[in-house]
Amino acid sequence: MKALCWNGINDLRVETVPDPVILNPQDAIIRVIMSSVCGSDLHLLGGYIPTMKAGDIIGHEFIGEVVDIGKEVKKLAKGDRVVVGSIIGCGECSYCSTGAWSLCDNSNPNAALLEKVYGATSAGIFGYSHAFGGYAGSHADLIRVPFADKGAFKIPEGLTNEKVVFASDALPTGYMAADMAGIQSGDIVAVWGCGGVGLMAIQCAYLLGAERVIAIDRIPERLRMANEIAHAEVLNYEQVDIQEALKEMTGGRGPDRCIDAVGMEAHSPGIDYMYDRVKQTLRLENDRPIVLREAAVACRKGGTLSVVGVYGGFIDKFPMGAVMNKALTIRTGQMHAQKYIPKLLTHLAQNELDPSFLLTHLWPLSRGAEGYDMFKKKKDKCLRVVFTPN
Amino acid sequence: MLENKSGDSSAIHIPPATGSSIINIGTGERIASVLGGLALASLGVRNMKKGKGIALLLGGGYLLTRGLVGYCAVNHALHRNTVSKNASAIQVSRAFTINKPRAEVYAYWRKLENLPRFMKHLSEVKETDATHSHWTAVIPRGLGTVSWEAEIVEDRADEYIFWQSLPGSTIDNAGEVTFKDAPGQRGTEVHAIISYRLPAGDVGALAAKLINPVVELLIQEDLRRFKNILETGEIPTAEGPSGRLQDKVRSKLKKFKQSYQHHNYEGPMLERH
Repeated sequence: MKALCWNGINDLRVETVPDPVILNPQDAIIRVIMSSVCGSDLHLLGGYIPTMKAGDIIGHEFIGEVVDIGKEVKKLAKGDRVVVGSIIGCGECSYCSTGAWSLCDNSNPNAALLEKVYGATSAGIFGYSHAFGGYAGSHADLIRVPFADKGAFKIPEGLTNEKVVFASDALPTGYMAADMAGIQSGDIVAVWGCGGVGLMAIQCAYLLGAERVIAIDRIPERLRMANEIAHAEVLNYEQVDIQEALKEMTGGRGPDRCIDAVGMEAHSPGIDYMYDRVKQTLRLENDRPIVLREAAVACRKGGTLSVVGVYGGFIDKFPMGAVMNKALTIRTGQMHAQKYIPKLLTHLAQNELDPSFLLTHLWPLSRGAEGYDMFKKKKDKCLRVVFTPN
Repeated sequence: MLENKSGDSSAIHIPPATGSSIINIGTGERIASVLGGLALASLGVRNMKKGKGIALLLGGGYLLTRGLVGYCAVNHALHRNTVSKNASAIQVSRAFTINKPRAEVYAYWRKLENLPRFMKHLSEVKETDATHSHWTAVIPRGLGTVSWEAEIVEDRADEYIFWQSLPGSTIDNAGEVTFKDAPGQRGTEVHAIISYRLPAGDVGALAAKLINPVVELLIQEDLRRFKNILETGEIPTAEGPSGRLQDKVRSKLKKFKQSYQHHNYEGPMLERH
């Protein structure tokens, strides 16, 4: 089959690789219909997530058709059109059974690697380095899905591929960001980052009762979408002082809930960006915590920071004093796909959410490397490139 | 259980020294024995044609073996022991929480024939009677197998199992696994302590230092597979094609599929609800 393989920093190639096969009784093989790029893949391309190996297939946000199932797969049948959560969960450990699927004890074959760094393992993730399981990704004709009964959900009739593909990752991640923020009626929510996840977080914040949502980015096209489609008030951090603007827009209080949908490769026009960029380049620091710092200072007393942007390692100069003395709550995590997807499919079917506007480019997989380049450099007003391998 | 790590040598956990793990020659004497043995042997090879070569070679070989193995029959017969310290055992302790009832977790382990399903180095365990069993382990890199007899020395249903190898084993070893209810309905806490006896003295202590991390990882991953199987009925894997190097991947895949068929994860304990 054809697959988009990582071969080194910023080196992606479409290659011919062997087809996946059923290895475990709860596996399914899925023929990929659509597979989206994701901002978190850019951390892999940039070399910020270690344990990638040349030849690894990337991609983790996808829908497809079931072509083969293992003998313990009971809920799926060949021919089913399914959306698969990007995070793999066994459904049986104490974490999965309480809804914390991304903390699964059993889905990461390389658990010992992450245990050394984080003290405990996290779930396996499709196409996201060997520390996160070494699973082959979805930018391919076919993909093997472990624990398929738990992670692959039948797509209701009438939902288009364009609308449902983001229910694999961007939408549940945005939903979890809003959910963890603990939004109460009357709350003003600030969302840093207007990529796929940030835009979904805006929509979900409204769905969960936010009074107003303020979105922060620097790309005019994304701010336009945040404003016109997701109905957020928008701030361009290259044009305004974010702290001043947020104070002014919230009656001097600061936003009640702050969502970080950016993560470890944040930008800012300030000196702190240069500081972090240099340290990151010299590998003295893994992650640039610009959004975290900004949100901790901006957030109102007693408010919540909800972090879904990906961090990998260590951060410097985090204003813990602000967090402590303003009694902030920080909630974070990789998203619990299996917990949110069924609920979100209902919202999609009832037209309460529609992520299809994220899909700006529908390309064949053969243009994979070019697609990532466009996505990374945000050329041609690209928000999300989605590949159609078959 | 953890205090066992700090040298509490209660009889159960540390297997008695038998067979090849008896060392009765001190380190200095062993080095001298090896060097002397080498010198004699090489002299023997050079003097092969002169007739006394064979005798020199045999004498050198004996000294060499004596030094390497650390066991001297003469010392043994004379009850002479030039080792300063007593033999030390490697002891590894690991704990995991398994989201299954204690009775089920205990029963799966107690059926010792299940052990090779998650203990990677074991190829087979055969229970010969209620307390005795025959264990076979694979030496990596195709260097064959080793086997030994073991005996369950203490056993209380749903609480603990202690076992140890019988005298004369290639590697003296012992194990203790205890089962406790985890708080908050999180299933069962499994604490396993496995000990191996290495050759005694300074050489043994050095070997223990080198081997300990390896054994720790081995036991940790064995226990993780035990948890994987009990909770999900399978062991996660990402083997299989993940890109290029196709031939390498294919052969690995074939090997994996064979081993997978060898351990088909079905058993009375794996009824999934």
